[in-house]
Amino acid sequence: MSSSSAFNDEKGGSSSVGEPEYGHDPASGGIFSSDYKRHDDLKEMLDSNKDSLKLEAMKRIVAMIARGKNASDLFPAVVKNVACKNIEVKKLVYVYLVRYAEEQQDLALLSISTFQRGLKDPNQLIRASALRVLSSIRVTIIVPIMMLAIKEAASDMSPYVRKTAAHAIPKLYSLDPEQKDQLIEVIEKLLADKTTLVAGSVVMAFEEVCPERIDLIHKNYRKLCNLLIDVEEWGQVVIINMLTRYARTQFLNPNMNESLLEEGSGGDKTFYGSDEDEDDDEEEKDKKEEAHAMAKRKPYVMDPDHRLLLRNTKPLLQSRNAAVVMAVAQLYFHLAPKAEVGVIAKALVRLLRSHSEVQYVVLQNVATMTIKRRGMFEPYLKSFYIRSTDPTQIKVLKLEVLTNLANETNISTILREFQTYIKSMDKDFVAATIQAIGRCATNIGEVRDTCLNGLVQLLSNRDELVVAESVVVIKKLLQMQPEKHSDIIKHMAKLTDNIQVPMARASILWLIGEYCEHVPKIAPDVLRKMAKSFTNEEDIVKLQIINLAAKLYLTNSKQTKLLTQYVLNLAKYDQNYDIRDRARFIRQLIVPTEKSGALSKYAKKLFLALKPAPVLESPFKDRDHFQLGSLSHLLNAKAGGYQELPDWPEAAPDPSVRNVEVPEWTKCSSREKRKEKKVEKPFYSDSEGESGPTESADSESDSASGSESGSGSEESGSGSESEESEEGSESEEEEEEEDEDEKDKKKKKKQELKKPVQESESEQSSEEERKHQRKMKQCKSDTESESEEEDSESESSHSESEDSESEVEVKKKKKAAESKPPSKPVKKESKKEKKEMSLLDLDDFEPTPSPQVTPVNTFLSNSLVTDLEGLSLSDAVLSPATIAPSSALKSYELLHRITGEGLSVEYCFSRQPFSPDANMVAVQMQFTNNATSETKNLHMEDVKLQSGMRVKEFPEIELLPAGETATAVMGIDFCDSTQAANFQLCTHTRKFFVSIQPPVGELMRPVFLTENEFKKEQGQLMGMNEITEKLTLDVKCRNEHAIVQRVTTAANLSRVPCGSDKECRFAGRTVNSSSLVLVTVATKEEGAAQLTVNCEKMVIGTMLVKDILLALTQ
Amino acid sequence: MIHSLFLVNASGDIFLEKHWKSVVSRSVCDYFFEAQERATEPENVPPVIPTPHHYLISVLRHRIYFVAVIQSEVPPLFVIEFLHRVVDTFQDYFGVCTEAAIKDNVVVVYELLEEMLDNGFPLATESNILKELIKPPTILRTMVNTITGSTNVGEQLPTGQLSVVPWRRTGVKYTNNEAYFDVVEEIDAIIDKSGSTITAEIQGVIDACVKLTGMPDLTLSFMNPRLLDDVSFHPCVRFKRWEAERILSFIPPDGNFRLLSYHVSSQNLVAIPVYVKHNITFREGSSQGRFDLTLGPKQTMGKAVESVLVSSQLPRGVLNANLNPSQGTYTFDPVTKMLSWDVGKINPQKLPSLKGTMSLQAGASKPDENPTINIQLKIQQMAISGLKVNRLDMYGEKYKPFKGIKYMTKAGKFQVRT
Repeated sequence: MSSSSAFNDEKGGSSSVGEPEYGHDPASGGIFSSDYKRHDDLKEMLDSNKDSLKLEAMKRIVAMIARGKNASDLFPAVVKNVACKNIEVKKLVYVYLVRYAEEQQDLALLSISTFQRGLKDPNQLIRASALRVLSSIRVTIIVPIMMLAIKEAASDMSPYVRKTAAHAIPKLYSLDPEQKDQLIEVIEKLLADKTTLVAGSVVMAFEEVCPERIDLIHKNYRKLCNLLIDVEEWGQVVIINMLTRYARTQFLNPNMNESLLEEGSGGDKTFYGSDEDEDDDEEEKDKKEEAHAMAKRKPYVMDPDHRLLLRNTKPLLQSRNAAVVMAVAQLYFHLAPKAEVGVIAKALVRLLRSHSEVQYVVLQNVATMTIKRRGMFEPYLKSFYIRSTDPTQIKVLKLEVLTNLANETNISTILREFQTYIKSMDKDFVAATIQAIGRCATNIGEVRDTCLNGLVQLLSNRDELVVAESVVVIKKLLQMQPEKHSDIIKHMAKLTDNIQVPMARASILWLIGEYCEHVPKIAPDVLRKMAKSFTNEEDIVKLQIINLAAKLYLTNSKQTKLLTQYVLNLAKYDQNYDIRDRARFIRQLIVPTEKSGALSKYAKKLFLALKPAPVLESPFKDRDHFQLGSLSHLLNAKAGGYQELPDWPEAAPDPSVRNVEVPEWTKCSSREKRKEKKVEKPFYSDSEGESGPTESADSESDSASGSESGSGSEESGSGSESEESEEGSESEEEEEEEDEDEKDKKKKKKQELKKPVQESESEQSSEEERKHQRKMKQCKSDTESESEEEDSESESSHSESEDSESEVEVKKKKKAAESKPPSKPVKKESKKEKKEMSLLDLDDFEPTPSPQVTPVNTFLSNSLVTDLEGLSLSDAVLSPATIAPSSALKSYELLHRITGEGLSVEYCFSRQPFSPDANMVAVQMQFTNNATSETKNLHMEDVKLQSGMRVKEFPEIELLPAGETATAVMGIDFCDSTQAANFQLCTHTRKFFVSIQPPVGELMRPVFLTENEFKKEQGQLMGMNEITEKLTLDVKCRNEHAIVQRVTTAANLSRVPCGSDKECRFAGRTVNSSSLVLVTVATKEEGAAQLTVNCEKMVIGTMLVKDILLALTQ
Repeated sequence: MIHSLFLVNASGDIFLEKHWKSVVSRSVCDYFFEAQERATEPENVPPVIPTPHHYLISVLRHRIYFVAVIQSEVPPLFVIEFLHRVVDTFQDYFGVCTEAAIKDNVVVVYELLEEMLDNGFPLATESNILKELIKPPTILRTMVNTITGSTNVGEQLPTGQLSVVPWRRTGVKYTNNEAYFDVVEEIDAIIDKSGSTITAEIQGVIDACVKLTGMPDLTLSFMNPRLLDDVSFHPCVRFKRWEAERILSFIPPDGNFRLLSYHVSSQNLVAIPVYVKHNITFREGSSQGRFDLTLGPKQTMGKAVESVLVSSQLPRGVLNANLNPSQGTYTFDPVTKMLSWDVGKINPQKLPSLKGTMSLQAGASKPDENPTINIQLKIQQMAISGLKVNRLDMYGEKYKPFKGIKYMTKAGKFQVRT
């Protein structure tokens, strides 16, 4: 401030003079001296305390940057505003900072602290943006700060921040490659992330930093496959490309048998044809035979993971994004069995309707594909027909594709099409067409004569370019069978008088020279003419004249000796040294002198040897060794950073590396792995994920009722999963393999099972939720067989116990909590009803007006969690009311249907944060209208509360038709007491007095503590605040999971990680006063146990002890 | 990924540059200008140009080149698709994507570019999210802003990116809830000299304009979904539901978007709505050519063919055309040799025709190429493939929306060879 204002003073009033002049367009030209003035007034504006002035100044500065004008001298003035309150000013300052920080490193450091503060902000979006800008500042000094920030952000609770962390990784890497190892650790951690938001970005970082570390992918492979459809489109492209490479290293070639055959026969040919020593080849042959035999012994079976990839990428061919379609197409081209590659053709042809740049790239790739897999595109031949309005580069590429597609059956249509192209006005295109005809003629013997005739006709075309091109092509064709076509050669000889295009002249001369025996009379005459014009010819023509002369001298020296001498003499003094050299060389060879060497004897052999006919090949012939769709493929040259597509392995590497281990519950060591187990909840509720092998790991946390889910999970079919896990580390691999075999069958079954549910359910409800619903149904249908239920309960306790230990614990905890239906019976009923009414259950979408959608609340732990759920739980934002169902939450009756005259109401504590007011407990109410007439205007009135308590009413339900159910959420602040909230429930006709009394366990919300924090807090809550109770555990609840399950059912607490397996710890805070509630259950021999509750509020503590005791002993 | 972006106008000036990583000197564009010079037509500039240290990937839209600078391997389509998305966004924001519009809104453009890419990797490309971050400028808002000094940047932090439905902004409110769908089909065809169809196919799109409050969940079903041979969806469409039931089920983005584009299977015979009788001849040795063109309706299913526009690129030898249209107006540009005839509506009783002579360069030989005729047309209230929407239902919200479906057929790349 001081410096720049001082500067202003010195300059005096210059700024005020400058302003009107440059006010509107600061960036437009101007002489240098005026630059000073202009920047001065900008500085002044930036220093003012009015946001509008600052904004105006920043806008002008950004406009300057946009035009590439230098604004770096403003740096000090701008950087001061980095902490400005106005969001737009701030954003523009960021833009400026990122642009110039590199040039003004020292000054840029001034801004760092602002970002460091931002990194700690409770709002996830602010944290993310701080990290984004911080990591974009390319100043080496702050590398350690960046590293720290990235590491921290990588374990942030918000997936959005984690995504930003993933973005920051390549930035830091490019700034300081030394950090690679540390960054790889972060990448590894983020790769294990479950959210679709992070997946694309972290794979991007992986590709930029450590594409060679393919081993990092193993554990995440299945997860990535399953998430793929829900990742944003740009991420999809990167993931698919990476997975293509991965699959090439891990799976066997699905076309192995065929290619072996091909190679085998190819190898044999060279073997017999070559003069190499036999032993080597013998060995080789043996090897080959061995391989062959091996292939025969072991018929190829596709790895289920390979299949998973193919299956999960296929729907993406329908993407609107051309890059995604192309990525899938190349994946299929490189990885799929031959029979399946065909599916990509249709999608690629669709892309041809897109912008011309897209067409250009797609056609390049199609051209490469058509060489290998011609059949694939044959049905779409007509889609490659050329329109006069296509840009030339597109025309040429289409022509290439058409040529590649030509075969005996379609050649006549193609040639007819080519004929119209020759009449085009675009001469470059015509030339390309002629070349194409030439290639068709060489490839397809049947039409060679037709093509040749056609081309000869073109020789009389008026356009010289067309003629020249024809000559060149004809020359190549003639080389294949010269003896038949001496009249064409004669015809061409005549053309030398008219054609001026050097390449064409050279071609004609070469032809005449080569086949001079077929035209013995004309050839010397041509040479005579050429000798006359020799000095005026182009270099390539001169060389051919010398060539012709030499050949004629050898065959017909009588007539041409003098001419040859003459030509060679002319060439001897030519300006071009190539020509002089050639002349000298040829003279030595052909003109016999006494000094002439041994070679001259063989001159005739040298010049008139039979030359192999040129092969007209597609320029796209060998391009497929580049990964299709890549820049390198397009350029046919390796671009920087290109990762080679590896060859298929001879034998498949161990597929078990991709198995995600099921950790033992009782140990806390394997946190990372545990994270794997959270099921991602994709938007597409019926995503492929359900049938994928990853399920094996995923499903266990939520589907104990395996028989229903039938999802290819290893646990499926076994209702009692807890037993399994107790048995310790059984080799999961075996099971999984078995399982995958059965997978297909099961999948079918499952789909059948799924359908009704699908129809009745709103699509948003996520997969997991569905499973829970299934579980619920099953629980019911199992007629409450105690043991079954027990199992399923202990199951969910698993998920919790493990959750509480893992990093994103709070979130997961929430998830788990939500997925417990509070009102099981009612919910079930309604589901069943809905099944009949095919038109979706509206109440699933009930616009529960609980403003869950309202954006970020600053109250971190609650609202953030909600936001987080928005990401991973598809339903959270949309229908908060429906989230809650899960077997563990109890529902209570508020109004019986008899007293309610047909209206019955149940409520449960959904254990979700009530976002409008963090101090409130969310109560989810479910209204069912059992009457025959509709109920209107359901709302609440006349709330009677104890002092301090508050209620947030649920929004009025305008109409509840007969037989329908509706849900709503209300919030009650109980003031940490178990006093009841009384109110009237009103319909359009009646009023009912009702009351809600919370169990003490619902007055708290879970918090995440580490073991140490827990111990520390516990130490502070001794004496009066600690209540200890001895108890004998219920027989069914002697294992850890059961305990966890029961405690968390009784009270809304989260588990705290704990080193000992004899103790379970839980923590929470009361909703209103945020007093800490700590619960410890220490188990001893024979079911004896000790329960300890530490809580500031003794009343709460006492009541909680009672409730938990009850839960654990019954 | 994408290092920098340069916008180049038709006259070869760089009028905007944006760098996402270290600054790349604008001299890198010299390679682009070289390629531009070599190309005869603006659209013939190769989309990918390798230079010693960088690769330039460009797209041409609205006579502006968007040149992206790349340093290492990246799928070219990735960049191209992204650049097109940038253009679409600009168009969405400013109504048009012209040099003037971009210059006028340079700050908004910069803010948009900043949000769309982070370190060269796409961050937010959904228009719904972007509009939450940066409000599009309207005349009213510009005025208010200048008076009150408020800003275009959304005051609230956007949550769209964090939502499960990343393409829809939250808290949408309308007083009139409406959902309109336009089924637009385009016929691509090549008709040969004799009038027989060489290739014809139908490409269709369903564009939607949805203004619905809250989080509506829509389903749209067709009478004859089997017609659709190949489809591509907006990400909002639930793919599985389509696979299983052939029903489009989706939570729509707010505002205008393309729900679906499809291709009608080529097995179905494509109805060609018009025929062209043409006689374009040049006589050897004479400096005159004859031009005779008549249009007529063919298979229109009783609907009127409207907004017919015929254009043709005449051979270079033609100096001028002296023609007489029976209806509509025609223009001939002697520089580009482009003839275009705005016919209007085709009246089946009185077929429109364009007759007359063309004058050729004296002494020049007869052009041996024949011009192709491009036709544009519109048929209202009909989808030529016969596709029909069966019903549109909304779930998840209480109100009753106003629904509308419109059909239209257009000629796409419809060419008649002569």
